Amino acid sequence: MSTLFEKIGGEGAVDAAVDIFYRKVLADDSISHFFETTDMEAQHAKQKSFLTMAFGGPNNYTGTDMRTAHAPLVAKGLNESHFNAVAGHLQATLEELNVPADLIAEVMAIAASTKDDVLGL
Amino acid sequence: MPNIIYQGKAYLGEVDETVLDTLRRNGIQVPFSCRAGSCQTCMLHCQKGEVTERSQKDLKPALKKLNYFLACQCQPEQDIEVTLPDDEDVYVSARCVEKQQLSPTVWRFRLETAVPMFYHAGQFVNLKNEAGWLRSYSLASLPAEDEHLEIQVRRMPEGQMSHWLIDEFDVGMHIDLEGPNGHCIYTDGEPVKPILMVGTGTGLAPLIGILRDALHQKHTGPINLYHGVRTAEELYLHDNLNALAKQYSNFHYHACVSGEEVVDGINAGRAADIAMRAYPDLKGYRLFLCGAPAMVREMRKNAFLAGASMPDISADAFTEPEHLS
Repeated sequence: MSTLFEKIGGEGAVDAAVDIFYRKVLADDSISHFFETTDMEAQHAKQKSFLTMAFGGPNNYTGTDMRTAHAPLVAKGLNESHFNAVAGHLQATLEELNVPADLIAEVMAIAASTKDDVLGL
Repeated sequence: MPNIIYQGKAYLGEVDETVLDTLRRNGIQVPFSCRAGSCQTCMLHCQKGEVTERSQKDLKPALKKLNYFLACQCQPEQDIEVTLPDDEDVYVSARCVEKQQLSPTVWRFRLETAVPMFYHAGQFVNLKNEAGWLRSYSLASLPAEDEHLEIQVRRMPEGQMSHWLIDEFDVGMHIDLEGPNGHCIYTDGEPVKPILMVGTGTGLAPLIGILRDALHQKHTGPINLYHGVRTAEELYLHDNLNALAKQYSNFHYHACVSGEEVVDGINAGRAADIAMRAYPDLKGYRLFLCGAPAMVREMRKNAFLAGASMPDISADAFTEPEHLS
């Protein structure tokens, strides 16, 4: 029985996905302002840890971390439509990489499970 | 919240504050510059207590072991006692062996350290004068070919260290030097990868080092260098770069002047815009971006959106002049 993370291709899959995913997010004017910082490298690293978590990989995220980390963005107006846009880019990234549909569904379920914490609900 | 103890007094930190924030908020003048953990100007010595792993990430092993850390990257979990760095731990003395004016605004200094320093072209050093002014300068020299360290200093109206170096610092004088630091360097193993370099002003200094390193290591892929300045007289390595372009068929030099003058053979406009127009698809490229922070930030984003992979984009953004007064 292999885990989702193994089935999807482990760290290699994260590396393949992160540039495509972050590029889509930055190119989307409706959400890019939440992701633009002076330190793009650090932001890129954050997207990498997010994808590792969404792919079922080893991570240290807790719900509280998610809440604290996103609180400043919620204060700037982060809402459900933004969350859904990011999720859409995640799905499109996986489709572009030809990830099988059943695995995409599992990843999307993990991403969806962070929604309340991300939006501070 | 933890206390920061400095010169016998305790300063209470506030939520989300770094050690640098707490000290500055209390009017303590400690040197700092980039606030992003890269320039190492704000390095302090922790005498008691524990600093965070993040605040020591890029320090040399010996300094880590001595409990040095970067104040702008440290949010301590408990009380810590800190001091300014001990000069003998951090600095070596460097002697000026050559000083030469390269353009109306740029001077070249060649420096010699008592013990040769191991470094890569494109890294930077911190220089500290007797008044305690501290500033980062990129190395323009190539260790394999140059006997001395070379820095290029541009006179900045607001930059007191640049005035001091140009007006006061001279051949035979000594200055404290810390380094080398930074990751903006040529990495071998990919000799055919196309390279795009964009530098504004003395952002050319690290680029010329990296360029010569790449050529020295027999890079065969095309290398295109865009140097952006406001007026043509600021193209301070124009002849050298044209000579290199003649010597190496894979190297191409593009001078860009953003001011109003029109000069034959020189591009009119901003270097980053001209480079992006010439290379709209950067998939598979290696990029080096050095100079004005706004240019570096914008170009990094545009290069990434144009297909360059994030680990392939190396940048060295200058910091705004700011000093311990």
